[in-house]
Amino acid sequence: MAEPRIIIVGAGPSGTRAAQACVAAGLRPIVIDEARRDGGQIYRRQPDNFTRPYAKLYGTEAGRAQVLHETFDGLKGAIDYRPETLVWNIAGGHVWTASGTVQKAMPFDALLLCTGATDRLMPVKGWQFAGAYSLGGAQVALKSQAVSIGHKVVLMGSGPLLYLVASQYVEAGADVAAVLDTSPFSARVKALPDLLAMPSVLWNGVALTRALKRAGVAVHLGVTPVEIMGDAESGVSGIRFRTGSGKEETVRCDAVAIGHHLRPETQLADLARCAFTFDAGTRQWLPERDGDGRSSVAGVYLAGDGAKILGARSAEASGRLAALAALADLGLPVDKGEMTSLRGDVANYAKFARGLARAFPWPSAQAAVLPDDAILCRCEGVTAGDLRGVMRETGAQEANRAKAFSRVGMGRCQGRYCGLAAAELIAAESGVPIEQVGRLRGQAPVKPLPIAIGDET
Amino acid sequence: MSRFVRLGETDRPPITLHVDGAPVAALEGDTLMVALLSAGGTLRQSEFGPEQRAGFCLMGACQDCWVWTESGDRLRACSTLAASGQRIVTSQPGASWPNHV
Ligand SMILES: Cc1cc2nc3c(=O)[nH]c(=O)nc-3n(C[C@H](O)[C@@H](O)[C@H](O)COP(=O)(O)OP(=O)(O)OC[C@H]3O[C@@H](n4cnc5c(N)ncnc54)[C@H](O)[C@@H]3O)c2cc1C
Ligand code: FES
Repeated sequence: MAEPRIIIVGAGPSGTRAAQACVAAGLRPIVIDEARRDGGQIYRRQPDNFTRPYAKLYGTEAGRAQVLHETFDGLKGAIDYRPETLVWNIAGGHVWTASGTVQKAMPFDALLLCTGATDRLMPVKGWQFAGAYSLGGAQVALKSQAVSIGHKVVLMGSGPLLYLVASQYVEAGADVAAVLDTSPFSARVKALPDLLAMPSVLWNGVALTRALKRAGVAVHLGVTPVEIMGDAESGVSGIRFRTGSGKEETVRCDAVAIGHHLRPETQLADLARCAFTFDAGTRQWLPERDGDGRSSVAGVYLAGDGAKILGARSAEASGRLAALAALADLGLPVDKGEMTSLRGDVANYAKFARGLARAFPWPSAQAAVLPDDAILCRCEGVTAGDLRGVMRETGAQEANRAKAFSRVGMGRCQGRYCGLAAAELIAAESGVPIEQVGRLRGQAPVKPLPIAIGDET
Repeated sequence: MSRFVRLGETDRPPITLHVDGAPVAALEGDTLMVALLSAGGTLRQSEFGPEQRAGFCLMGACQDCWVWTESGDRLRACSTLAASGQRIVTSQPGASWPNHV
């Protein structure tokens, strides 16, 4: 039998560990990543000619980052690595890629989707102005380019990234005017039993908030965002919010980063026809998988934050576990004992992640009260009022119907940044449970392709 | 005024590119987005609203940061490196319909 062809999408922590397991089994997997360099999100690598040391770039995770990068560097001769290559479709048993203007379609025996996550966004009035960024984007600016997104920055939303980015900005010398957390302190207390599943990570988080306090950064908990102030020409000029006690306050700034934890990049799993189920804890639709990462489609495996947000350490474990499952399914020998122990690790990370979801809840109710004149879809300037109007006129109560009528989710980002909030708004407006609203279907191409694309001969 | 603020890594060799015909000084290793927003406040005019845009996600997910070469090739500014001699325009050359997919 010819060597089975394994394709891994993503060269972050989960894709790297998956590739390593395949190579150890004597295979040469194809590893495809859209980015110029390996590392994925958390361990994103800076350009070659930057000189900041690991400790400065990755803080408490410097050791893990270095080990992962070295692992990937060590694998390079043994894998078929295709950087700067987008997987834009999975159809007809083939993975469709585009690199520059070259397109390819490749069959596979096993496909591991390790596609990672992007920020989960709750729109705020004014978020279309220049100078409003996603929290992850604010971190990318610093980590991979050594810049701050503005001269005076407010960070707003919830989730571990909020405090991490804030403290990284402060440490790098940026002017952080305020940290505005939509989650109340009480949520953190309730989440404590689950968060204790990973005491060292919990402790890192506590240390971050202390460091912010020491640096004199104003941190407000339990806030309700009101408006990102600004104008069409010069962009963001400040932010208005209500404190936990209901007082309205304004902070002047020229940049705001917003985000509410993360959402998995599940479009490829969708195109591969994997079944999805609604996850009540995070109010997201997630691709189904068994404890090892097998999706509902034979030969397609899911790992890392692209399947469910469980964090970087879990991504390494689930990437390796999914690869071992794929190897076992291909009839290759695998260490069953190791698989059992990896399952245990992932379960523990899942407990911690549940704690994070409780401590930093998605503020779903904010979608319901988004003012009519607030922009919901940043791509095409569709307002909350436009979507409500479409629902009244057409009775659309399902995400894809509402999308077709309103164009919410049809723009350049394909609903990555408005889709979850739009579903909440539809649910609230029509009084149906969010799971009945359904989910926006992934569509090919998952990202816009270069215009002059051609087949490779 | 610039939108982005450089906080380090400023010892890199300088490069010069042209944006809408005017020279822009940047550093080797800058993305186009960092080159443009370290020199100015915005990247492009929104085609659906009155406002100027300056990108959003910086990770290739939102597509808010498109700019073009003078010959009309679309570039994602957050994931494309700036290079000496590049000639960039911030509106789509010869656009007759919006270029979505
Ligand atoms: C900005 C940011 C900061 C984060 N910081 C932390 C942190 O400090 N701690 C923590 O525990 N977690 C963090 N996370 C969560 C993050 O998801 C990590 O836990 C970790 O990066 C997950 O690893 P992964 O391998 O699953 O995915 P990633 O590391 O995200 O890797 C996925 C890779 O897949 C590639 N990819 C995706 N789709 C395609 C496609 N269609 N075609 C080609 N390539 C594709 C991407 O380019 C990317 O390199 C962060 C996330 C973000 C977005
Ligand atoms: S800023 Fe989102 S794709 Fe470039």
